[in-house]
Formats: sequence, structure tokens, C-alpha cells
Amino acid sequence: MTIFERSKKGRRAYSFPEYDVPEVDLKIPEHLMRSEKAELPEVYEVDVVRHYTELEAKNYSVDRGFYPLGSCTMKYNPKLNEDMSALFRWLHPYQPEETIQGALKLMYELKEMLMEITGTDDMTLVPSAGAHGELTGMLIIRAYHLDRKDYKRSKVIVPDSAHGTNPASAAMAGFKVVELKSSDEGLVDLKELEKELDETTAAIMLTNPNTLGYFERDILKIAEMAHEAGALLYYDGANLNAIMGRARPGDMGFDVVHLNLHKTFSTPHGMGGPGSGPIGVKEELREFLPVPVVRKDGDRYYLDYDLPKSIGMVRSFYGNFGVLVKAYTYILTMGRDGLKMASDMAVLNANYLKKLLSEFYPIAYDKDGKRACMHEFVADGTKLLKETGVKTLDVAKALLDRGFHAPTVYFPLIVHEALMIEPTETESKETLEAFANALKEIVEEAKKNPQSLKEAPKNTPVRRLDEATASRKPIVKWSRK
Amino acid sequence: MKKYTKTHEWVEVIEGNKVKVGISDHAQDQLGDIVYIELPEVGSEFKKGDTLTTIESVKSAEDIYAPVSGKVTAANEELSDHPEIINEDAEGKGWIVEMEMSDPSELNDLMTKEEYEKFLEEEEG
Repeated sequence: MTIFERSKKGRRAYSFPEYDVPEVDLKIPEHLMRSEKAELPEVYEVDVVRHYTELEAKNYSVDRGFYPLGSCTMKYNPKLNEDMSALFRWLHPYQPEETIQGALKLMYELKEMLMEITGTDDMTLVPSAGAHGELTGMLIIRAYHLDRKDYKRSKVIVPDSAHGTNPASAAMAGFKVVELKSSDEGLVDLKELEKELDETTAAIMLTNPNTLGYFERDILKIAEMAHEAGALLYYDGANLNAIMGRARPGDMGFDVVHLNLHKTFSTPHGMGGPGSGPIGVKEELREFLPVPVVRKDGDRYYLDYDLPKSIGMVRSFYGNFGVLVKAYTYILTMGRDGLKMASDMAVLNANYLKKLLSEFYPIAYDKDGKRACMHEFVADGTKLLKETGVKTLDVAKALLDRGFHAPTVYFPLIVHEALMIEPTETESKETLEAFANALKEIVEEAKKNPQSLKEAPKNTPVRRLDEATASRKPIVKWSRK
Repeated sequence: MKKYTKTHEWVEVIEGNKVKVGISDHAQDQLGDIVYIELPEVGSEFKKGDTLTTIESVKSAEDIYAPVSGKVTAANEELSDHPEIINEDAEGKGWIVEMEMSDPSELNDLMTKEEYEKFLEEEEG
């Protein structure tokens, strides 16, 4: 039920006292007046509170339970981050620079810390989220080649295990996308790469560790090959949580490094943000960064718009500032050792869970269940489907019935019945074991009574949704009957 | 008689050099519920192996490749509003385009139904 459907004529959440001053005619011009009634919902305050509390109770979030959504880094976000962010809530983006020195200082110091973590020489904090950062990064790469008058660089190489946003961002920036087939180990195949690399290659986009949860151990060689061919190397930051504080993309040879502050650096996220997708670059690319860039001159902080070769503005104002405050708080409260420990624990948790699951669920690109993964891994439901007719989708729905958020399903595309699991560092051993037990129970149920899993979920506010109709004929707006 | 590609398209000669093209029943089953298919423009030309168009299901978006070289002479307009026809009848009413082949000998490289079925068995291992 929507709040509009709770409406009863004449009800009010708050009533103003009767006028004790004469009414003034403001003389608002006719064309600025609305011609139809706004028809806002008419409800008591208690209706509003109950309505939204009820919606919240129906929702599932990381504050409610385990959320092992692969490649999304659904870690628990300390509430302190929220408190710090709220301190800045009265700032206005049009305030003069001298009145927002504290906010600019925070942005400057955050930038410096993120450059240290990623091994880059400069950075923009402006992009609003992951894919926006990707597009910004690809536009910088484009500007770099064009500035060198190297007009042949028209293609971007993307592995077949990449996030779908990679080819999309490259195409949006005007590049032709070439898909790189992974090796039988699920890594970049150097021979295939060599075949594709030539004088028309603008960049290679890589995620490291990749979406299968494996570290691209040939990364130094890949960087060398890319640079020899005159191409740049782009880092998709989706999986930085696996190496944060331990290894730096800049040191691996990446020229453009993308981050998802809302994932790795702790902001509640998912399905709409707000997010933040900073882009760090090496020295030779800094002049192409979008404006404004936060800089420091003596004790004064300022927004630098004077970058003649900049790709321009990529959004209004200065980025999603609230997320920047949360990331800043997170980094300072964790400290250098804390960040290292977070990535260590993320990897340890993933390997522990993978070990538990490998007893009864095959792991992709890991025949004997002994290959070490990074912060996530992909379980493969192909065998289960063949033996029982139960699809990965059914398994995911059955997990909802057992109180867990489902992992990412059917991604990466190179694993047919993929169940992609990222536990993150903030989960206890008991939670991981409870999840493994739930999954084991589902596999056993699949063998005994597959039909019951086809009917899952049974305990959720809505049962199985008709995704096909929702995609074919989406209803995106509520309308009054 | 239909011929199949390793990338799961089928092609069937209607008459002369005219063929119908679609995706195999196996392909639609793997994709799951299809929600969108981009129809190639009539008159556009493709070489064998070029990306003919893309198809989206609730699970993923995939390329469909031209099984033979030639020019598109018709597209199955009904699929725009009802992509689910491919799920219901991939190798019949779910045809995607008609093409005029430029090199009919390319058909010889494709698999017969029996060969394709054997290929699927091997692929699934």
C-alpha cells in the first residue's frame, strides 16, 4: 500500500494555530500558480510513522542480516560515519570558499589518503558512483590519446569476466569494445591479449582481483604489454576490498584507478546510492581530470577550475559530499593497520566460507576446492541443475526463506549457474557457518523435493516476482485509480 | 533443413539464397525469459560471424552472430512486442531475420541437427 492509498480527506499530521495576523496578498503571478490541486496524501502523523516503519520492516539490509552479494562489498557500515556526515548537513554548495574551508580540507585530505592507498598522483572526487567514475576514467583516457594526436586508438579490451558496466562505459566514451576470452584458469590469457593489442588499442580495463575472486598474477606483465603497445591500463575498483592497504593498483602499473567509496570505504549503498566513484590517475593524466579539483595553497584550500585540458565537468558541484565524509571517517577510524586487517579478514572470511561450501557445492575454476580465492568466489550450480532441475535462481530464492540476502546470481557470465559470494570482513565465523548450513540444507532439499524450492520464497513479504513481465512491461509510476 | 553454429544460431534455406535465422532452442533455454531483442535494420549487411544483434533475458545480455554472410531482407517485427515468442518457439515462430546469402557455400561449414546435438553433449561434458 502506498502512502497515497492511506489518505483520508481532511486528516493532518500537524495543524497550524489560527491566524492572528492579517492575511497578505503576495501577488504571485498567475503563471507561477499551480492550476491543479497537489493532492498530497492526507494522513495523521502516526500514519506516516507507521507507514514508513512498516516499509522498513519489510526491507532487508546489512543492518538486518548477512548480505553476501558478490562484487558489491556489503560490509557493515559503522554508525559513526553517519554521525560525522550529519555534522555537515547545513552546508550549501553555493557558499563562498572561505566559509567552507573545513569541508575542502576534508576533501583534500581524503584525496591524499586515497592516492596513497591506490598509488596514484592525482584524483577527482566528483563522480557520483561506480559507473559514472568508469565513464569519467574512459573520457580521461580518450582525452589523453587525442591530446597526443594519436587518433587511431579506437578500441578498448575488456575480459569476458568483467562487470557489464565496463564495456558500457567504454562504449559511452566512444570506443569499440573487444571482449577478451579468459584462460581455463579464469584469468587474463596473455596469448589472447597479445593477439588483440595493437596500435588501435586505447586501454585495457581490468578488475583485480577479478570477478571470479582470483588475483591476476600476471598483472605486471599485462601492464608491460599494454604500455609497450601504447595503451593505458584501467583499474575497476569494485574489488579493492581484497587488497586495500596490502597492494596498490598504481604499483601494478594501472594508469587510471577507479574506486567505489560506497563499497570499500563504508557507506550504506545499493539500488540508487548515493555513491561515490573517485578516479585516481598517474602524473601524465592529471591535466585531463574533470573540474573542479580540490587543491591547497599554503593554509588555504580551493577548488581549481583552471585545467585547460580538462574533460570538463562531469556533474553539478563537487560530488556526493556526504559519502566523502563517511569514507574520510572510515579511513581515519580504521587507520593504516585497520585497513590492512579489513582486507585480510575479507579474504580470510571468503576462503573459510569457500572451504565450507566446497564440501557440497562445486566452485568455479577450482576442481579440487583447494585454490585460494581473494575476497569473493563463485559457486557453480551447473551440476545441481543437471542432477535435480533446481536452478541457481531457485537456490537464491530459498536462501531468502532462510533469512539471508541472496548472493549475486548468473554473474560473471562465463559461469552458467553462477552464485557469486562475497562475505566481507564484518561477518563472524558463526554467521558464515549459518549461511553454509542453510545452503547445505537447500542442496539436500533439492535432491529430495526439488518442487518445494521452485515455490520459494514462502516467508518473504512478496513471493516470487515475475521478472520477465516486470522487464517486458515495466510499471514505473503509481497512478491514481 | 536447419543448420547450426557453435554460437547457437540456426539458419534454414527458404528458397534459393533466402534464409531464415534464429537462435536454437538450447540457446533460449540457457538464456531464460527473454525480455528484449534488438532487431537489425532491413537492408543492413553482415559478414559471417559479425554481431547481428543483441538479445536480453532476465539473466544476461548476449550477442547473436550472423551464421552466414548476406543482407537482411526482413525482421520478425512481432518480436519487438513479444520477445517471449523466442522462448515458446525458438526454431519456428521465433525466427529473428530473413537474409539473402552472399555465399551459400558457407552453409557447408555449419552443423546439422545431429551434429549440433552431439556438440551440445560434448560442450556440457
